[in-house]
Amino acid sequence: MTKKDIFLNGAFRENSVWKQILGICSTLAVTNLMLNSLIMGLGLTFALALSSFTISLIRNYTPRSVRMIAQTLIIAAYVIIVDIILKAKLPDISKQLGPYVGLIITNCILMGRAEAFASKYPPLDSLIDGIGAGAGYTLVLLVISFIRELFGFGSLFGVKVLGSWWTNWSIMVMAPSAFFLLAMLIWIINNKYYKVG
Amino acid sequence: MGISAFLLFWAAIFTSNILLTNFLGMCSYLSVSKEVGSSLGLGVAVTFVLVFTTALNWLAYQYLLVPFNIVYLEYIVFIIVIAAFVQLLELIVERYAPALYYTLGIFLPLITVNCAIFGVSLFMVIRNYNFLQSIAFGAGSGLGWLLAILMLAGIRAKLKEKLIPAGLRGAGISLIITGIMALAFIGFSGIAPIQ
Repeated sequence: MTKKDIFLNGAFRENSVWKQILGICSTLAVTNLMLNSLIMGLGLTFALALSSFTISLIRNYTPRSVRMIAQTLIIAAYVIIVDIILKAKLPDISKQLGPYVGLIITNCILMGRAEAFASKYPPLDSLIDGIGAGAGYTLVLLVISFIRELFGFGSLFGVKVLGSWWTNWSIMVMAPSAFFLLAMLIWIINNKYYKVG
Repeated sequence: MGISAFLLFWAAIFTSNILLTNFLGMCSYLSVSKEVGSSLGLGVAVTFVLVFTTALNWLAYQYLLVPFNIVYLEYIVFIIVIAAFVQLLELIVERYAPALYYTLGIFLPLITVNCAIFGVSLFMVIRNYNFLQSIAFGAGSGLGWLLAILMLAGIRAKLKEKLIPAGLRGAGISLIITGIMALAFIGFSGIAPIQ
């Protein structure tokens, strides 16, 4: 597989969210504002790419029996870095994201990529796979948060785009809309992209 | 801090259900909810583990992380506490209650990576709960999660024979059902506000 294939596979064909249904928690929780989604996506991509790289570097020296705990600790270390950077540079957004930054550790995407890719392939390929999967995840977050912020607040990235005539749909800010929108996204992609049924 | 432990327990089940309003524990929720029996087993195991790990993490946070000023290590400490507790529980159950091990034991490894467990510990720190509140919050969140997965499993069992568009089968339809459940649970909000 070429590097480009690895990237595209991670981002589209084997997209973690819509194909493998992983990492749903944060996909639903942080998507009420586009800015939060973007920061969350970048944070996850950073942690995912670097932890894949590191796990792949030590893949030949890790005994199978302690593999899981070693992977978890490596992931946790990078997530702590993300958390500290966010707290220092973007304290407001860090507060809004709340526990969901820390929850990147238990995000199934990271463990999934570590198991499925990084523990088998060389470091550089794993790095690209991590960036690809992170990009795919960020893409889904941005699509859902675009709809939720536009209809829920009449704004995009915090900038008002719909005039004063617009009445905010409060349902879009609340939890149920996240479930419905993700379901619709999965449905559309299954039909149009994978040609199911 | 004003909210009593008793109120917090009910609020965690209904008004701010860990799954339906905070979206935690979605992965195992979607994959295990095919059968009512295994949903019940996993739900009970999650509740049990939640009560104990929340209590342990509270102690670890107050008596280890805060005094030594290493709060930034909370993620690693919490994860290790959860993983160690689950491992220990698995050994104990296998040794002393083999019958229970065969019904619940298979779910225990799944729990370590269930984000509801880790998320409840993080919420506990962010919201400054005291020891009693933490236990009540852990128990309520676990029961709330159990309630949500049981409802989904029941509805999915009914849907087995129904004609569902091919692209929606599996995760898609489960998410829509969950959305409708979340919509119903909004009706509870305001009874006991949490925070």
